[in-house]
Amino acid sequence: MSAPAVPATVAGRVGRGRSRAGIDRFGSLVEGAFRTHAVLAYAFLYLPIVIVIVFAFNANRLATIWTEFSTDWFGVALGNSVVQAALRNSLIVAVANAVLATLFGTMAALGLQRVPKRLRIVFDALTYVSIIVPEIVIALATLVFFASVFDIVNPVLLDLQGGGTGAFKLSFGHATIVAAHVLFNTSLVLLLVRARLSGMDRTMVEASYDLFATPWRTFRQITFPQLLPAIVAGFLLAFTFSFDDYVITTFVSGPGSSTLPLYVFGQIKRGVSPETNAVAAMIFAFTIGVLLLGQVLLLWQARRSGRRGAADASLSGMIAEQR
Amino acid sequence: MTAIAATARRQGGRDRSALLTGLLILPASIWYVFLLVAPLAIVVVMSFGEKARNGGYVPAFVLDNYARVLERPDPFLDSLRLATLGTILTMLVALPLAYFLATRAGRRKGLLVLLLVIPFWTSFLIRTYSWLIILGPRAVASFFQDLLGDERFRILGTDLAVLIGVTYGYLPLMVFPIYVTLERMDRTLVEASKDLGAGRWATFRQITLPIALPGLITGSILVFIPMMGEYVIPAILGYGQTFLIGNALVLDFLEARHWPAGAAKAVGLIAVMLITITAYLWFLNRGRQTRDVSVL
Repeated sequence: MSAPAVPATVAGRVGRGRSRAGIDRFGSLVEGAFRTHAVLAYAFLYLPIVIVIVFAFNANRLATIWTEFSTDWFGVALGNSVVQAALRNSLIVAVANAVLATLFGTMAALGLQRVPKRLRIVFDALTYVSIIVPEIVIALATLVFFASVFDIVNPVLLDLQGGGTGAFKLSFGHATIVAAHVLFNTSLVLLLVRARLSGMDRTMVEASYDLFATPWRTFRQITFPQLLPAIVAGFLLAFTFSFDDYVITTFVSGPGSSTLPLYVFGQIKRGVSPETNAVAAMIFAFTIGVLLLGQVLLLWQARRSGRRGAADASLSGMIAEQR
Repeated sequence: MTAIAATARRQGGRDRSALLTGLLILPASIWYVFLLVAPLAIVVVMSFGEKARNGGYVPAFVLDNYARVLERPDPFLDSLRLATLGTILTMLVALPLAYFLATRAGRRKGLLVLLLVIPFWTSFLIRTYSWLIILGPRAVASFFQDLLGDERFRILGTDLAVLIGVTYGYLPLMVFPIYVTLERMDRTLVEASKDLGAGRWATFRQITLPIALPGLITGSILVFIPMMGEYVIPAILGYGQTFLIGNALVLDFLEARHWPAGAAKAVGLIAVMLITITAYLWFLNRGRQTRDVSVL
C-alpha cells in the first residue's frame, strides 16, 4: 500500500499547548469506550442465539415466558414426523450441494489459471454477479426458468412414454433446490480456492516438474495438499448455506421436498412455540458444530504441514480475506 | 526430424492441455449459463409480457408492468429508505468494532474474528426469529411500555423492528472489509501523526478514516444490496406490515401469480443494484491513482 502523504494541517497543529497528561487521561477514556463498544457489539451478535437456546429448555407452553428447565421439547420436536422429513430433506440437499459446488468450484479455479484473459474477465464478472445479485432475484429467476423448461420438456417426455398418468415428468423437488444452491456455492468455493492458489508457492510446482513428475502427480502431491484448507472451508460453508437457506429454497421446492428452514418459517408465521425453539436450537448446535469442526481440521492440517502462522489457514481468516 | 517430432509432441500436449482446461471450467460454465444468465434473461423478457389467464406469462411487448411500478413506487422507496438507514447504522456499529479488532485485540484477534464469522454463517432465519422473543411484548417492548407509560407501545410489526433486524443480520458483512483495510494499515502513519502533535480526532479524521474508506465503501455495497432485496426480516419482524420490494416480489410470484408484474419489479431491483455497483467501481478507479484498495 502506498502511503498517503501526511496532510500539512496535521503538522500545523503542533504545539497547541495541550498537556501530555491531559491527552493521556482522555486516551484511557477512549480506550475504555472502544472496549465497551466491542463487548456490546458481541453481546448484540450473540444475544439472539443465546435466547433461542435458553428458551428451547423452557417447560412452559408459552414460549416467551420462562418457568422451569426442561428438555421435553427436544423429544417432542424429534418425534414429530414433519420435522424428521424436513431434516432428511435438508441433509440430502445440503450434502449434494456441498459435494457438487466444491467439485465445480475447485475445478473452475484450477482451469481459470490457464484461460485467455478475456474469458477470465467474463467468468469473473459472472462469479461476482452470482454472489451479489439479491437472493430473492436469483430465486424467482430460477423459478421462472425451471417452470419454462418444464413447460417445454414435459409434453415431449409424455409423448415419448406414450402418455398415461404414471409417466415420468420433471418437477420441482430436491434436484431443483440443489441446482439453484450450487450456483451461489460454486462461486463461493471458486473465490476461496483461487485466493489460496494465488498465494501458493510456485517453486514447489516447478521443482516437481524439474524432477520429471507428471502433471497429475504434481497436482496430487503438491498443489492439492496446499489447496485442501480452502477446499474444506468451501465444502463446509456450502453445506451450512444450503442447510440454512430459506429464500431460494422456498421458490424452487416442490411437494415433499420441504427443508427444515421452510418448516421453521411456517411455524414462525403462527407465532413463537417452544417446539420451534427446540428445532432452532438444534439447527444452531449443528451448524456451529460444523463450523468449529472445520476450524479444528484446518488448524490441525496447518500444524501437521508445519506451517507458521496457522491463523491464516483458519476458516475465519480465509473468509475475512475474501470479503 | 527429432525437432519436428518434438514440436508435434508439444503441439499435441498443448491441445490436450486446452481440452483439460475446457473440461475443468465446463461445469461452472454450464451453471453460469443455465442458472444465472438464462434465468435473468427470461425475467427481462417476461417483464414486457402479459399475465396469462391462469397466472404465469403470455408473450407480448407492453410497458404496462413498468408503468405500474412507477405508479406505485412505495415498496421501492421504502426499501431504499430502509437500506440507506440500515447501511448507516451498521457502519456506525462496525467502524469502531473493526478498529478495535485491527488495532487493540492483540493475541485474541483470531478468536474474535472467528466469533464474528460464526453468527454470520448460522441460520439467518432463526437469528431473525429470535428477535420476536427479544422485542416481544414480554421483553423489550414491555420495558418501554412501562418507561413511556403507554400500554400500546409496540416494536414488532413496525419499521423499527425491521431496521434492527437488518442491522443485526448484516453487521458482520460491514465489519469484515473495514477490518481488512485497517489490519493492513501502516501503523507508523498513526505514530507519525501523533509525533507531529496531532490529537486523536485529527489523526482519526486525516489518517485512519481515509485509509478505512475503501473498506467502508465495500462494506456499504455488501450490506446495501441485500438489504434492498430483503424478504425474510420484514416478513417476520415487520409482520408483513413493512411492505418492501422483496415482499412485493413474493406476492407477485407466489401468491398473485402475476409473473410479468413481478419481473418488472425484479428488473427495477437489478437496475438499482447496477447503479450502486457502477458508482462503487467509479469510486475505486478514482481512488486507485492515490492508494491501493481491496475489492470484495
